[in-house]
Amino acid sequence: MSDHLILRIIAKMFIPFILLFALYVQFHGDYGPGGGFQAGVIFASALILYTLIFGLKTAMRVVSPTALRILAASGVLIYGGTGVVCMVRGGNFLNYSMLADTPLAGQHLGIFLIELGVGTTVFAVMVMLFYAFSGRKGPEV
Amino acid sequence: MNLIGHYNYLVSIFLMMVGFFVVICRGNLIKKLIGLNIFSTSVFILYITMGKVAGGSAPIVMEGPGPHIYSNPLPHVLILTAIVVGVATTAVGLALTVRIKERYGTIEEDEIRQKDESL
Amino acid sequence: MTTPLTAHLPVLQVILPLLGAPVCMLTRSSRFNWLLTVLISWSTFAISLSLARQVWLYGPITYNMGDWCAPWGITYHIDILNAFVLLIVTGIAALVAPYARKSVQKEIESHRQAVFYALLLLCQAGLLGIVITGDAFNMYVFLELSSLSSYALIGIGKRRRGLTAAFQYLIMGTIGATFILIGIGLLYNLTGTLNILDLADQLNRHNLITTGNRTLITAFAFLTVGLSLKLALFPLHLWMPNAYSYAPSVVTTFLAATATKVAVYMLLRFCFTILGHGALFQMTLGKIILLPSLCAIFIASIVAIFQYDIKRMLAYSSVAQIGYMTLGITMATPLGLSAGILHLFNHALMKGLLFMTMGAVIYRVDSVYLSDFRGLGKRMPWTMAAFVVGGLSLMGVPMTAGFISKWYLVQSALECGWWPVAGLILIGSLLAVIYVWRVVETAYFNPDHELEQRSHEAPLSLLIPMWILVLANIYFGINSDLPLSMATRAAHLLLGGSV
Repeated sequence: MSDHLILRIIAKMFIPFILLFALYVQFHGDYGPGGGFQAGVIFASALILYTLIFGLKTAMRVVSPTALRILAASGVLIYGGTGVVCMVRGGNFLNYSMLADTPLAGQHLGIFLIELGVGTTVFAVMVMLFYAFSGRKGPEV
Repeated sequence: MNLIGHYNYLVSIFLMMVGFFVVICRGNLIKKLIGLNIFSTSVFILYITMGKVAGGSAPIVMEGPGPHIYSNPLPHVLILTAIVVGVATTAVGLALTVRIKERYGTIEEDEIRQKDESL
Repeated sequence: MTTPLTAHLPVLQVILPLLGAPVCMLTRSSRFNWLLTVLISWSTFAISLSLARQVWLYGPITYNMGDWCAPWGITYHIDILNAFVLLIVTGIAALVAPYARKSVQKEIESHRQAVFYALLLLCQAGLLGIVITGDAFNMYVFLELSSLSSYALIGIGKRRRGLTAAFQYLIMGTIGATFILIGIGLLYNLTGTLNILDLADQLNRHNLITTGNRTLITAFAFLTVGLSLKLALFPLHLWMPNAYSYAPSVVTTFLAATATKVAVYMLLRFCFTILGHGALFQMTLGKIILLPSLCAIFIASIVAIFQYDIKRMLAYSSVAQIGYMTLGITMATPLGLSAGILHLFNHALMKGLLFMTMGAVIYRVDSVYLSDFRGLGKRMPWTMAAFVVGGLSLMGVPMTAGFISKWYLVQSALECGWWPVAGLILIGSLLAVIYVWRVVETAYFNPDHELEQRSHEAPLSLLIPMWILVLANIYFGINSDLPLSMATRAAHLLLGGSV
């Protein structure tokens, strides 16, 4: 679709704002509607828009399937790792108060890391799904 | 029996029955998945309706003095989880449908059954 | 002696496989993934042994996630029933993991083998989470985790019929899980809490059970139907024959021996722990589940006789055995309930063994049609001997594990005064004799007409887990003290006793 001038220019204008909004939603989950899952989906939708306009091959050069696989696994490991660190520092699993000096700071840090893990995995999985579906060739002969 | 007062629940049950009907009575695999989605959505409405407190605002902490009434945030959290589960299920279902189309050449259930039985 | 590690064992039980899965996704090597899976499965088995011992000696264990106490936080609560089912699931996983390597190499395409182990670990984590958690919604989340990974596992093989079987299972399983979600939501609406013990407490305190509150009855109607879909109770078993016959053998072995047991566990939790120790259950739900259980035993066994695909025959046999389990539960007496719970354990041993033999047969012969079993008694002696032991256990021959649970079932049926039911249980065993004998006769007494091309026994890595299960079947048939006492204590607990 990259020979449609209007689509290309509008996409180029919008994609940075969509990414910025996704980051906003990610980190303001404490104070308003938002959080990891929503942010991951919005982030993925920016990349999907890019793929729709500029083609699958170009998008795969921007974010390769290997990078996505690593991101998806790392997100879950960040989540689990936060819980394990809490255990190692003396509390029960996912007891964020153990992460920093004061319980309040620990809770903030804990939620931040958890949502980061969730957002990463959701972004990677959504884009992987899109790549997988749009990369199919058609019925086998 | 206050029928109009229970409007939300009536909508929820209507969607549940529509979704269930589509899953059972339609042979196209994609339609079954859409019916499954409608069915799940009805459950979300049921939960969120349960969480509403009379006179309560959205469960986000508000600045300012005086007691604030909030709706119950727990059903919202439960539904977030259920929505993610629904998305994952739809993704797995669609992936299976794509592979079925590649191997069988069709996504109509009766044609698939014919192809399986004819072997 | 609680070192810091032992205090966290309940959560490690679930976290180890759950974090092992993304590690499997990071590496592309199926060899490393297999080693990791074996390591994790064996550690979870060790953890569940330690937890069972602790619960047996000292009483229930509670673990608060995030140090939030019940009912505000999610707690993991392990009592004797939990510990028993944990042993079953982790034991089967520990045996399936070393078995998986050769079988997966045969039955799954090479570029999917690495991801297979990630899915297997996720399924294991989901099943363990369902059993160990004390929070109703957490049960639903883990249920969906294990279900989604099972759908993918069933469809991952080379056969295209596995894909349609997985899709059918997906549709029916999601409907079941959504019904369970509705039931949990209605229970939350009624009491305001999701913690299982607190739900029981609230329902008791406000006297909601005895007054037959309509929301409560609706909630349990939804829960029962949803759980019946998940545990493949007749007539909601339609997904099971297809799913078990067309999935890769490792998947069938694992799922047949664990997934339905965990669903029976969920039924026990909801109907006995929450609903007040069996009183309401015996009046209403027990009667509703009785008829499908009897139909399952009778009809599924008859259908199994006419199957030529032996994996499909074993799947129908599983439907019948689940009928035995739910039959024990409907009796709701200490003896009946412990017979049902004991049958969870014995059936896992039996069906795990039988499906492992099927995997070995597929490894060498490439097919499980009855006609291809000709002469296998001579060519694969160890495998077929294992099948014979599994079959004897299925029939309920004395000195095998199956005999113990059938014996107690018949005893409890006679104690309730249900003579026709006792007769039906015995007829079910006779039908099992018929369908097992078909295979044994073809394998041992029909000469093989074709050339002696495929003439070896299955490899050791397939035989050793199989024979461990054979020895377990025989051992727990002769000396079933340990599982029987655990089952009896669990039944006592469910019916209102202490610990």
